[in-house]
Amino acid sequence: MANLLTPRTRSDVAAAGYTLRREKSRLQMVVETTLLYAALFLFAILVGIPFLYMITGSFKTNGEIFSYPISLGVQNPTTNNYERLLSGEEVPYLRQMGNSVIIAVSQTLLTLLVSSMVGWGFAKYDFRGRTALTIFLLATFAIPFQVTLVPLFQLMVNVGLLDNFLGVILPSSLSAFGAFFMRQSMMSIPGELLDAARIDGATEWGLFWRIGIPLSRGALSILAVLVFLSAWNDYLWPLIVLRSPENFTYPLGLATLHGLYKVEYGMILGGAFIATLPVVIIFVAGRKQILSNLTIGAIKG
Amino acid sequence: MFGWRRKLAPYLFISPFFIGYAFFFLIPVIQSLRLSFYHQVGLGAEPRFVGLDNYIRLFTNDALFIKSLTNTTYYALGSIFIIVPLALGLALILHSPNLRLREFFRLFYFTPNITAGVVVGIIFGLVFEEQYGLINNLLLAPLGIEPVRWLRDPNWVMPSIIILGIWKFTGINALYFMVGLQNIPSELKEAAVVDGATRWQVFRYVTLPMLRPVLAFVLTFAIIGSYNLFAEPVTLVGEVGGPNNAGLTMTMYLYNRGFRELRMSYAAAIGYTLAIIIVVLTVIQLFLTRAFRED
Repeated sequence: MANLLTPRTRSDVAAAGYTLRREKSRLQMVVETTLLYAALFLFAILVGIPFLYMITGSFKTNGEIFSYPISLGVQNPTTNNYERLLSGEEVPYLRQMGNSVIIAVSQTLLTLLVSSMVGWGFAKYDFRGRTALTIFLLATFAIPFQVTLVPLFQLMVNVGLLDNFLGVILPSSLSAFGAFFMRQSMMSIPGELLDAARIDGATEWGLFWRIGIPLSRGALSILAVLVFLSAWNDYLWPLIVLRSPENFTYPLGLATLHGLYKVEYGMILGGAFIATLPVVIIFVAGRKQILSNLTIGAIKG
Repeated sequence: MFGWRRKLAPYLFISPFFIGYAFFFLIPVIQSLRLSFYHQVGLGAEPRFVGLDNYIRLFTNDALFIKSLTNTTYYALGSIFIIVPLALGLALILHSPNLRLREFFRLFYFTPNITAGVVVGIIFGLVFEEQYGLINNLLLAPLGIEPVRWLRDPNWVMPSIIILGIWKFTGINALYFMVGLQNIPSELKEAAVVDGATRWQVFRYVTLPMLRPVLAFVLTFAIIGSYNLFAEPVTLVGEVGGPNNAGLTMTMYLYNRGFRELRMSYAAAIGYTLAIIIVVLTVIQLFLTRAFRED
């Protein structure tokens, strides 16, 4: 294998590209390209159809969803599902979506603040115990959250945060990933800049707030999207903490509908659709940032 | 002159995180270990020390736990041997030069991943429906294949959940692989081609070894993801896991014992068993893909 990996000169490579192109017949190229696109479109269709079925299904009567022949389109579109869902007679769904917004936004803001503070401390100061704490934090990465569920639940009961938004928000806002992510980003801020500001009389908090935060806007926005998405879609922990339907987040509301009214599928699909819309909008708006940065962990491996 | 401020500042910056982390993560981790050696049912009950009893019972006298372990392992294997290779294939296609619509495909394949587990479970309830479902009617019927009782036949429940997993997780894993592929210098492949390597040889001896770090990352997350599986199977087949508990995952089992039956100590033992399995599997897997080796 060694000779395969020997570096070549530029001209060698160019020549190889040339012969490669010559060797492949035109027909072969066309067949190959067609197969590639066929595979890509096939997978896209397989991904898209369940989404499509959710959307069209939400405008169908239940009779139409459960009748032959099934169809991806709609014969007699109706908004009845949405009217019933939003009337709040079965579950207070609008309120539950509002709860999801409150919880996801607060959790995002709190995570950003705490993560950037700890990231700043690690990135910009040399202090006793820094290395030890870093290694310790890294080691706790491997511990799955399921381990903490029972004691955390007992803690919530004891401090009276059961059925309270804070009970959902607080434990989820301590992200070791967020801490490392912000530390990584803040390390690149030059120390000279901070020293200059110190001479001009800036406080340590001022350095963080007026220099560290503005210069980390890119990293903060990525972290914000990641945290928001995971908070918006979270199910297990809110299911454990939240008890009364008017405090539920939307996934809990949907699950209730699903459990109670299995036959009312059109309405359930409608709820699923309107809860997925904001996520898709955020994703499409921030696609460049998200796609190029979601894989940060992968590169560092 | 501001020396003391500079000395104190880092501790003030890191303390909110570490205080919170201690309260909501580190202390619970330790409490959970302690609790797993006790017997406690119900919130107010007095815990009684029982040593390793919970763990012994899990493995010798709890068929349901073994079932959840088997189911979760089934899914993990499906994830490793179906979802990850599919994602790699997709990434290789997406990486081919002069591809049009590359951004569209990348974006589109990713959307299932940002959809809530409950929503995915609800949609796939209709995908797998026996009489009126999408697969039986649109995919199998035209091929003349008898309808499959996806969510009602115990043998088909886990394959159904794996199909859901393919739909939800292939896209994001393909994205991870694409980043890895972009980081392979093209000179390396070209040099191999110059030396007469076939396409398969280039893939086997250049691309795949270079992808090792990403592969390790993807496999680790595939394994952890398998053991975290909760929202999708609960919505799809219900809390007990459908017929014959065929879709009961370990996290579902922990939830049922701990939060439906309030068997706190037993649930803590399940949590620790889960943690040990995840850590051991991750280490084995990192070792196998030799991520630790310096290339």
